[in-house]
Amino acid sequence: MEREYLLVEHEKPYSYCEDGLTVTRTSAWSGPGCHLGCGVLMYTDELDRLVKVEGDPENPFNQGRLCVRCLALPEVVNHADKLAHPMKRAREDRGKDKWERISWDAAYDLIVERFNAFKAESGPESVTFWQGTGRDISTWITRLCWSYGSPNYVVALSGTACYAPRVAGCRMSSGAFWLGDFSQQFPDRYDNPQWKLPELILIWGNNPVITNSDGMYGHWVVDCLKRGSKAITVDPRRTWLANRSELFLQIRPGTDAALALGMLNVIISEEIYDREFVEYWCYGFDELAERVADFTPEKTEQITWIPADTIRAAARMFAKADGAIVQWGVAVDMTKETLPAGQAISALFEITGNIDNPGGMIAPPSILFSTGGWGHEFLEKDARKKKIGDAEYPLYRGAMQIASTDECIKTLETDRPYPLKGAWLQAVNPLACTGPDPKRTLAALNRLEFIVCVDLFMTPTAMALADVILPAATCAERDGIRLGDGTQRGETINRAVQGGDCRSDMQINLEIGKRFNPEAWPWENVEEMYTDILRETGLTFSAMREQAPAYPPFEYHKHEKGLLRSDGQVGFQTRTGRIELYSTVYQALEQDPLPYFEEPVPSPYSTPELYEQYPLVLTTGARQLGLFHSEHRQIPHLRALHPEPLIYLHPEAATRYGLTEGCWVWVENEKGRAKRKLSLTNALDPRVCSTDHGWWYPEAPAELDEGLYGLWDLAINQLITWQPGKSGMGSNYKTLLCKVYPVEAPTAQTKGEQK
Amino acid sequence: MTDYGILVDYRWCSGCRACEIACQMEQGLPPQRSGVKVFEAGPWQIAGERWQHDYAPDFLDECDLCAKRTSRGKLPSCVQHCQAEILEFGRIEELSARMSGKKKQILIIP
Ligand code: SF4
Ligand code: SF4
Ligand code: SF4
Repeated sequence: MEREYLLVEHEKPYSYCEDGLTVTRTSAWSGPGCHLGCGVLMYTDELDRLVKVEGDPENPFNQGRLCVRCLALPEVVNHADKLAHPMKRAREDRGKDKWERISWDAAYDLIVERFNAFKAESGPESVTFWQGTGRDISTWITRLCWSYGSPNYVVALSGTACYAPRVAGCRMSSGAFWLGDFSQQFPDRYDNPQWKLPELILIWGNNPVITNSDGMYGHWVVDCLKRGSKAITVDPRRTWLANRSELFLQIRPGTDAALALGMLNVIISEEIYDREFVEYWCYGFDELAERVADFTPEKTEQITWIPADTIRAAARMFAKADGAIVQWGVAVDMTKETLPAGQAISALFEITGNIDNPGGMIAPPSILFSTGGWGHEFLEKDARKKKIGDAEYPLYRGAMQIASTDECIKTLETDRPYPLKGAWLQAVNPLACTGPDPKRTLAALNRLEFIVCVDLFMTPTAMALADVILPAATCAERDGIRLGDGTQRGETINRAVQGGDCRSDMQINLEIGKRFNPEAWPWENVEEMYTDILRETGLTFSAMREQAPAYPPFEYHKHEKGLLRSDGQVGFQTRTGRIELYSTVYQALEQDPLPYFEEPVPSPYSTPELYEQYPLVLTTGARQLGLFHSEHRQIPHLRALHPEPLIYLHPEAATRYGLTEGCWVWVENEKGRAKRKLSLTNALDPRVCSTDHGWWYPEAPAELDEGLYGLWDLAINQLITWQPGKSGMGSNYKTLLCKVYPVEAPTAQTKGEQK
Repeated sequence: MTDYGILVDYRWCSGCRACEIACQMEQGLPPQRSGVKVFEAGPWQIAGERWQHDYAPDFLDECDLCAKRTSRGKLPSCVQHCQAEILEFGRIEELSARMSGKKKQILIIP
């Protein structure tokens, strides 16, 4: 079925000349960099080198702007260390820099031979497919995994604790995912007459001016504040946006669910919710009201450390706003009981009627809804039953196409319920970035007989574990379409740099996929594949290039028009047809149907003895300009913005422990320690410290025996445990206890000190 | 170019440093050098809920107001890429007229 798409007029073709340079209009999706795929102009010279990247002023998404990462893209694409050719290494040489260059055909032959042998000997479920953050990889890796025949598609995070819990939670309780309406679904953006400026933006668990989560260009928040929106910020850290907010709720890490329940208590007891919306469109309001009845602001203050009156004021301001957004982020996912936390936060925008309304929360339109994966129909019924984690978690069994990562780690270690043999690790760096407990992760994965990595650069994970490594193309070196999170638009990625021996992830998966299961990969080349995905636009991939971005049709208040349900009835795609404040799905999956708060473990209250030994609450994953997760450490202009891993601490706490600005410290808990440079800031509560994640030094000795790029000094995840929430989703990345003490004799020379 | 300048509305400067990298890429400058540098003041508490926390870009000797770009009708690279859209390039007298009555403005004449 074709839908009416809105196109963007361009003065020039997608590729043209300017002052002796070739300019390619494209989308920077991705790697390197974030999930968004901003509109860019890539300038290449006669030697086929990328010399400059500029924002595309014609692209409604970023409107000519760019963040530091895409501005510095030429340094990534031209980097001497970027992987250039496929390489292999003997299994006994894992961890050693003993690579042998091979051709693509030889690499494919080897991979196909090994994976097919595993399939024949141990069943297709013995091969696992791992990805990291789901920027551009989920669509293609899921199809590869399932069409190969394995149910074990894995995101290398404990509890799949990024985006997926919020998406899954929203879809189970309301049939859709809800994101803030920043006018991103309209090509004319803030000028669109249907759109309304949100009166209030509740920024919760992310710092949009540094990070760009869920398909949301962070500075849209600034755009709206400049136009008159008000903000409330919920963060352990007093951010720049917090200082431009009406209210700042300095939350104790990991207590988000409690805050939401406390705010619901105020909104319900003061009867300032949207009665009509609740009556017509919500199910289980009375049960919710009963659940939050004892969550008074005073009780919530004790849990969250936010003053009761501030909680009251925030709840009132949110409920009374005419158009309110919850700009929520990964902190909601990275808590152990993430589903009830997300459920409580969703209830805030649900009972106030901020659903599908201008300037509220919208269900982002999709071209290909791929958050859960693409091509599940190719997975045989028998294989589906063998998905790891299904036995342990009804939620994974009943509602998820993904395997439980935490259970996969156990399976790797125990061979139960069956031995695993091979792994395909694509765009993922579990040792340096996503995985807790990297030593345990390394030992577990190292039991596999054969491991393939696909990446842009050598990483600690690939150096320690890969038997074959395939060089992936950057967004400058490939064709593609931007699917992914947030509001999808028919956006093409147009290859600007022609040469090189790297191949796009999509091309690799198509070529390998054809060898495993040609029926699932019927296309001659990626261009045909993209045209097929874009078919409802009525445009081929090459026609779309000239017109992109193409906007799918969008309407507000779809639930009133029967546009959200597959049967065409009004309401929402749930069993009750309403937004389920009391979830019948959770009930069926043996979960608590109502939102709740559970004190994180460890914490000052759940483990008081540990708190005596480790007297600071630690939150990890503070985002940094220029560094996308574990990427960019070797990019000079970006590394210079943030040369070393930092831990942020209040000056009062530093004085208490005899620490001074800029000194090197160990951050330690009962599990392990990592090295950090101290940065003092008034922005934190003196009881809380915050640190970066994803650190390794590409300039340090590479081999495992020499420290794996400094990883064992730097990896903060050595303090984190593979331990998901009760549902199998969510994990404690952001709620730890630690102590901080000086590093007496620095063992590894650091880049900053060499200067 | 002496009658041109850049007007900074630093109330909304987010400290994103896109201006710095844009300049370094445009002018081919190494990480230690730039035509523009962003400074931070705060956060510190003034009183109660009143806090000081600002960023602002300062324009330096290596800024030539992107003479090559502007002569071809393009905006200076930092101005185009500024994520908070707080930099405005133009004639000094026009910019100074636009400043009046507004808070937290800096007119840069490099
Ligand atoms: S937000 Fe930054 S890294 Fe992400 S696509 Fe846009 S410019 Fe690139
Ligand atoms: S105007 Fe050009 S030269 Fe001056 S700081 Fe901006 S980018 Fe650099
Ligand atoms: S690009 Fe703009 S908002 Fe960002 S630091 Fe520079 S002046 Fe400030």
